Amino acid sequence: MALAAVTRDPLDLQALMRDIAEGGAGDGAVAAFTGLVRDHNQGRKVRFLEYEAYEPLALRALGRIIDEARETWPGVRVGMHHRIGRLEIGEASIIIVAASAHRAHAFATCRYAIERVKQIVPIWKREHFEGGEVWLEGATADPDDEKTKLAAYRIACA
Amino acid sequence: MRVTVKLFARLRDLAGTGELIREVAAPATVQTVWNSLTAEMPSLVKYEGTMSVAVNAEYARMAAAVHDGDEVAFLPPVSGG
Repeated sequence: MALAAVTRDPLDLQALMRDIAEGGAGDGAVAAFTGLVRDHNQGRKVRFLEYEAYEPLALRALGRIIDEARETWPGVRVGMHHRIGRLEIGEASIIIVAASAHRAHAFATCRYAIERVKQIVPIWKREHFEGGEVWLEGATADPDDEKTKLAAYRIACA
Repeated sequence: MRVTVKLFARLRDLAGTGELIREVAAPATVQTVWNSLTAEMPSLVKYEGTMSVAVNAEYARMAAAVHDGDEVAFLPPVSGG
């Protein structure tokens, strides 16, 4: 199973955890993060979300985040899969798994990775809500911007 | 020379297509391609300040050189996760 993936299929957290945890006799912790589609946003009642990606660049950006985490927390092993297409309420849009000798590094890696996804991965969600639909737009992606990278690190280590 | 332009999310909706072929004169940059696009689709112009760009599926800058056969992508602010 690839460490970084963008897929239309439902995400399999157990499989990714197995892969990441494999061969880690020195591990003291495996942390997992799952992002879910929720039924409300900014006062709107959400019906479902549609995710779109620039797939080759999204894969590279996920890979870049994995590399950044490894540089920041040496020895950490991390995998992240993002789902695209139509997702219903309660379904998982992203899973992140991090294994490390230390729980602090495993937790921090998960938090860092999701913050970076929201900063630099070319994926967009279209929210279908009761009464209309809208493209959600967050951050202007700039992977070389050290300030946003530092902001993600600070959140991860808060 | 000929480049493939990719547009995503709201930019794709505004343009009515996610992919088109543009002819631009060499030497060209991402900015040249963008200018040729917005000349025909002025509704895209307001995105210049907030979008990101990529050449051949690598993040790039507006001043980056573009060559014949390249794929140039214009990306509105991202909202993954």
